[in-house]
Amino acid sequence: MRREGSAFQGLGTVFVKELSDNISSVRMLVLELLVVLTALAALCGAIDNLRQNTAEDPFLLLRLFTLARDPLPSFVAMLGFLVPLMAIGLGFDAVNSEHNRRTLSRILAQPIYRDALLMGKFLAGLATLGISLTALWLMVIGLGLIFLGVPPGGEEIARSLVFLVVAIFYAGVWLSLAMLLSIVFRSPATAALVALGIWLFLTVLWPMLAPAIAQVIAPPDPRYAALGLETPDTGLWAQFLLRISPNDLFAEAMQAILSPQTRTLGAVFLEQLRGAIMGAPLPFGESVMIAWPQMVSLIAGTIVLFVGGYVIFQRQEVRA
Amino acid sequence: MSDQHNDNPIPPPDAVITAQGLTKTYGKAHAVDAISFAIRKGEVFGLLGPNGAGKTTTILMMLGLTEISSGQVSVLGFNPARAPLQVKRRVGYLPDSVGFYDNLSAVENLAYTAKLMGLSYNERTERIAEALARVRLVEVAHKRVATFSRGMRQRLGLAEIIVKRAEIAILDEPTSGLDPQATIEFLELIAELKRGGTTVLLSSHLLDQVQRICDRVALFKAGRIEMMGSVAELAVQVLGAGFVVEVEAEGAGIARKLSTIPGVTKVETLSADRYRMTAERDVRPDAASAVVAVNGALKRLSVDEPSLEAIYARTFQGKREGVRHAA
Repeated sequence: MRREGSAFQGLGTVFVKELSDNISSVRMLVLELLVVLTALAALCGAIDNLRQNTAEDPFLLLRLFTLARDPLPSFVAMLGFLVPLMAIGLGFDAVNSEHNRRTLSRILAQPIYRDALLMGKFLAGLATLGISLTALWLMVIGLGLIFLGVPPGGEEIARSLVFLVVAIFYAGVWLSLAMLLSIVFRSPATAALVALGIWLFLTVLWPMLAPAIAQVIAPPDPRYAALGLETPDTGLWAQFLLRISPNDLFAEAMQAILSPQTRTLGAVFLEQLRGAIMGAPLPFGESVMIAWPQMVSLIAGTIVLFVGGYVIFQRQEVRA
Repeated sequence: MSDQHNDNPIPPPDAVITAQGLTKTYGKAHAVDAISFAIRKGEVFGLLGPNGAGKTTTILMMLGLTEISSGQVSVLGFNPARAPLQVKRRVGYLPDSVGFYDNLSAVENLAYTAKLMGLSYNERTERIAEALARVRLVEVAHKRVATFSRGMRQRLGLAEIIVKRAEIAILDEPTSGLDPQATIEFLELIAELKRGGTTVLLSSHLLDQVQRICDRVALFKAGRIEMMGSVAELAVQVLGAGFVVEVEAEGAGIARKLSTIPGVTKVETLSADRYRMTAERDVRPDAASAVVAVNGALKRLSVDEPSLEAIYARTFQGKREGVRHAA
């Protein structure tokens, strides 16, 4: 029961067309301006901060990413907030607009499979996000060179490259989600609203809800409370629930990668502290190991959401 | 008349599309219910029927764009469910109210689909220029499609089929929503396609147009093919005869004389000097000599071509005594 021909026939054509559509669209221009301007603001704050506190720091470049100065959040926090917006902006009308323009049946009557259309659109979206994020990354490195005057070391570059890859997959999760919604909902407005709703819920409401739910699941022990400590069970549950949100996964991974002194994400066990020099940086490989589960989760999330959309799209009727 | 029955087991040797017991079910509803037909190479075949009768579903199954619930269809010898790319490489499809990317020009839209067809740069440039000339869109070739009228979009859709050099062109409601002038132009383009050797399959509910260009038609009703054949054949089948001849003549015994003409099935007397004959063939010469034979004065002799509209009305309204259509 194998079908003939390659599922990827026409993939390149769809990819190139969608990429050029994405890059030349006004929507993308506005989103990029928004991201670049806010990122610049965050960076300026960080640079200012660094210049005033010129302490010896082997990871000066990485401080650019993570340092926050009130009232602005850090560059990474800003990206964690805005990257989903960009991804949703790219994906929310990927498939339903083809339905509504009535181009879908005409395109699918060409000798390609549906796989190529969906995959081409997804990869074009991911490439667009990748290009934007790479440009941002280069901007950070460039500004760091100009204003701090310290050439980045090899490890700093390696760590910031990991940041870039994780950021792209973080965007991938949201792109997959937006495309899934664009397949499920025939109206682009509905898909956009639902995507934005999920984004707001996970970035704003979930960090408040998760601890509350954790307290219901594992009520705090009054003995810990009397000592002013958090009950371990409640803390673990809260962290577990928080990690449902890709934003939390991204923030945790970034913390481990961009702050080399991070030894663990979440609860600290005594054996992890044995022999540790507090504040000493971990080697690059160890930091990656700490962030590995978060990174894998983001990649898996991207793939699972894409496959979900793929399955629904394959079964969907072509006719409007 | 063997192909007028749904259970025709042997397709003609020059058939390019054959369907046998083709069925599409949504849940318990049968959108297409065990239809069988064969379309011959080079003919214009019309799928007729009200909206929701299963025409578009049948077309989508032929292109492998929707799953077949049961039965078989073969397009140019390929099974669209198993070898959809082979089918789609050879078959052009103009969907019902076709859409284009509004932000791209006519040429860019065609170039995109031509790339999907796998044509090289030189080949597609050449074919696109040729196709746009044939559908008379050369002057607007580099204008954005957003500015195009509906007629122009339909013609652009036809240009895509020409670029593909499709052996079979499947047109779904190609003329619905077009103004009369655009309709005439479009029908002329379809006739050109046929002259070029392309087999054309078109679905429509605009009967006079279908009658004008189709060699054979299939009447769809609730997912089934009620009848199939040329318009004249259907007229005989449904109306009992293909031709309605009206005679205006004065004289005695004309009605009786007219009814003796071979091939005449019925003679009605409309008024003192007007008679209406229903016949299997054009019996005007015989009618004229019949009137002369009884020394009648012939004033007028007219014939109604068999009308698809009358056939359609009879089939779908289920009336036994329909109104004779005046063309």
